[in-house]
Amino acid sequence: MDLTLKIWRQENAAAKGRFETYKVTNISPDCSFLEMLDILNQQMIENQITLPVCFDNDCREGICGMCGLYINGRPHGPDKGVTTCQLHMRKFKNGDTIVIEPWRARPFPVIKDLVVDRSAFDKIIEAGGYISVSTGGVPDANSIPVPKKKADVAMDAAACIGCGACVASCKNASAMLFVSAKVSHFANLPQGKVEAKERVKNMVAKMDELGFGNCTNTGACEAECPKEISISHIARMNREFFAAKIL
Amino acid sequence: MTKLNSKIPQGPLADKWTNYKATQRLVNPSNKRKLDIIVVGTGLAGASASASLAEMGFNVKAFCYQDSPRRAHSIAAQGGINAAKNYPNDGDSIYRLFYDTIKGGDYRAREANVHRLAEVSNLIIDQCVAQGVPFAREYGGMLDNRSFGGAQVSRTFYARGQTGQQLLLGAYSALMRQVHSGGVKLYTRHEMLNLVIVDGKARGIIARNLVTGEIERHFGHAVVIATGGYGNTFFLSTNAMGSNVSAAWQIFKKGAYFANPAYVQIHPTCIPVHGDYQSKLTLMSESLRNDGRIWVPKKKEDAEAIRAGKLKPTDIKEEDRDYYLERRYPAFGNLVPRDVASRAAKERCDAGYGVGSGLAVYLDFSDAINRLGKHVVEERYGNLFQMYEKIVDDDPYKTPMMIYPAIHYTMGGIWVDYELMTSIPGLYAIGEANFSDHGANRLGASALMQGLADGYFVLPYTIQNYLADDIQTPRMTTKEKEFDAAEAEITSRIDTLMNINGKHSVDSYHRKFGLKMWDLVGMARNKEGLEEALSTFKEMRESFWKDIKIPGKKDSLNPELEKANRVADFIELGELMARDALQRQESCGGHFREEFQTEDGEAQRNDSDFMFVGAWEYTGEGKEPILHKEELVYENIKVAQRNYKK
Repeated sequence: MDLTLKIWRQENAAAKGRFETYKVTNISPDCSFLEMLDILNQQMIENQITLPVCFDNDCREGICGMCGLYINGRPHGPDKGVTTCQLHMRKFKNGDTIVIEPWRARPFPVIKDLVVDRSAFDKIIEAGGYISVSTGGVPDANSIPVPKKKADVAMDAAACIGCGACVASCKNASAMLFVSAKVSHFANLPQGKVEAKERVKNMVAKMDELGFGNCTNTGACEAECPKEISISHIARMNREFFAAKIL
Repeated sequence: MTKLNSKIPQGPLADKWTNYKATQRLVNPSNKRKLDIIVVGTGLAGASASASLAEMGFNVKAFCYQDSPRRAHSIAAQGGINAAKNYPNDGDSIYRLFYDTIKGGDYRAREANVHRLAEVSNLIIDQCVAQGVPFAREYGGMLDNRSFGGAQVSRTFYARGQTGQQLLLGAYSALMRQVHSGGVKLYTRHEMLNLVIVDGKARGIIARNLVTGEIERHFGHAVVIATGGYGNTFFLSTNAMGSNVSAAWQIFKKGAYFANPAYVQIHPTCIPVHGDYQSKLTLMSESLRNDGRIWVPKKKEDAEAIRAGKLKPTDIKEEDRDYYLERRYPAFGNLVPRDVASRAAKERCDAGYGVGSGLAVYLDFSDAINRLGKHVVEERYGNLFQMYEKIVDDDPYKTPMMIYPAIHYTMGGIWVDYELMTSIPGLYAIGEANFSDHGANRLGASALMQGLADGYFVLPYTIQNYLADDIQTPRMTTKEKEFDAAEAEITSRIDTLMNINGKHSVDSYHRKFGLKMWDLVGMARNKEGLEEALSTFKEMRESFWKDIKIPGKKDSLNPELEKANRVADFIELGELMARDALQRQESCGGHFREEFQTEDGEAQRNDSDFMFVGAWEYTGEGKEPILHKEELVYENIKVAQRNYKK
């Protein structure tokens, strides 16, 4: 396949960014999207054209959450239920023009080119995304039965990889899907009940403080989430939040 | 030989750890506040150690090269974590887990370490459940178990096909709780590039801030390396793109011994290589072997027709399929250990029975789907099937998966004693970065167990036995001459790399080197190949420092510079791996020397000459390293030829 790429280039957080156009040729449809960018970078280095394009990536199997590109106006591109690293070129056509941007959201400032700073997510977890148990002195694992249904819903929520696609897809740059996935994960487990009220209050307060927008129930986050996390978790978080505020 | 003191406590095996803990020195709470500990790496071992040490009251500085601790590659572990809970009532016990692990490791691991691992395995499950890890459960609300290779019991706890993710997020949440309370200071997008030794003791690190390029100095009363394995030496592996050996390699060059570098695990069930642009290989969890059956065509002409695209796997009749693992190993069948399964796949493909490109075998779920129904298979392995479909563009519910062995895990690593301390005082290595518990082959679902055992339940105790002497040692300013010297080494190395200005990208070099590694130091090794490797790698090392091109600047985000730093170390390590494989004139576990095999092609150990841990000491650039031998003593297990046939 021969492709035209329009890629966002930006020296650093302070610099002004711009789109640049590049061409790649002879790309195999079995090649992954990031491998296609590897090929582009390889050309740039060996032919000394320009500086290679910086983009975050690590596990390249869809689980670490480090990669994340805004491709043709969609986080992680056109395929459903995959991260950028799992997107394959067979989803594109020969001769296509592909527009590649970083996540665009105020709480995720650009570091360079397609790399953004998502440490805001760590700060939200730091505010309460845990059960306060220290190592040792905990009861036997089977001492508290957990209904399978509850455990399954907790697992559905805990599958979030923290990539930030929900924020990038949201017109308000809301982090509600990310935060609610963690709240809902713990809210479904007896171990998480003890601190449930404090947790949801602290995490929501931190989310607001960091400049993430509000949820207006558009559902774009669910549609674009590579792990297909359901917005029903947002409903659960809202319930938890009201209960924590009122009771 | 006398240089290695493993410090294994006296007494009966089952009492050693209890006795150790009862008599070790501790640091009291007010003194813990005065002590700083550097932990490099935030995977299962690093994150759990950082959290546990901070909970105790130590000041922890945690480093990772990723943008968040939650990205560490432990997250990609799929199948599960072992523990000797015996919840399914199938006869499991601490002794049996210990025994299976020693046997699985082909009698090349330390008895005392492995027994301790089995002892603390149950605590890990309790801890994770308390943290909210959503393990799979049965309808009655109790935890579910499944079976993994090398065991005849079901002792593996799992969270769908994402067990590593859930365990890591548990450890990450414990870590972030400590960041919140101020016990841990987090340094993300930082890479350790050098170790600082003062008066013979590890006292700090030199790290590069990957965003600004700034070279930073950090002091610690002790330093813990939790930076994972070195599978990426081969370029193509199931490791993350950034996984590297650099921290381990730098401490090796500062005097820490590197043990058993030749022990590399080649995982039997990975998606086969399919193109020269490929950047990594993807694992299909070993748990699939619970329900999937591995086969190739019985007739060579069928295999040829499949390779030519004239036949489909579903066209091959049941009686024309060779379920070669079930045929060769009736007792364990598809659940033989990884090294055995990998070699058997290679044997069939080399003999001309491979499918796909010729380097692939089938993993077939049709029996399981008929027996259990598609929905059960989907519930157990849904995310793995989806991952396979996305990569290969083929539906594994309808047609068998194609798989082939790939580099996955490294049993070798930094030599540590019973306390997990390296040969440098005050320097520790935990998790995959050390060599300690898996011998020559790791069993499935044991890596997560070992990483968390080291981090939650072993290191936080043993490190106090050392730090008890340090309660009077004031913090250093990092202006000491040792910090100056360590930093100067790094700035000069980076300047040299930036100024090479050759023609080739680092990736192209790494790919070329990795292919040589796979050919010469891969699944089957021999004397000629290893000798060739030694001379070839020396040439490649020299040309690397002349040929590569790093664009951009050193004082900004520059992934090419990061890669160059790592690949330079991989090439040096490759030489040591070849050297270790050459000296070990036997086949054991993941190390297979073609000259040493039984008549039916099984690994042939040589216990009288090679029942030792081979720990290498660095002696200077271009000089041959020295091999130290730690003899392995088996007092509680009868050493035998591994037999998975009956």
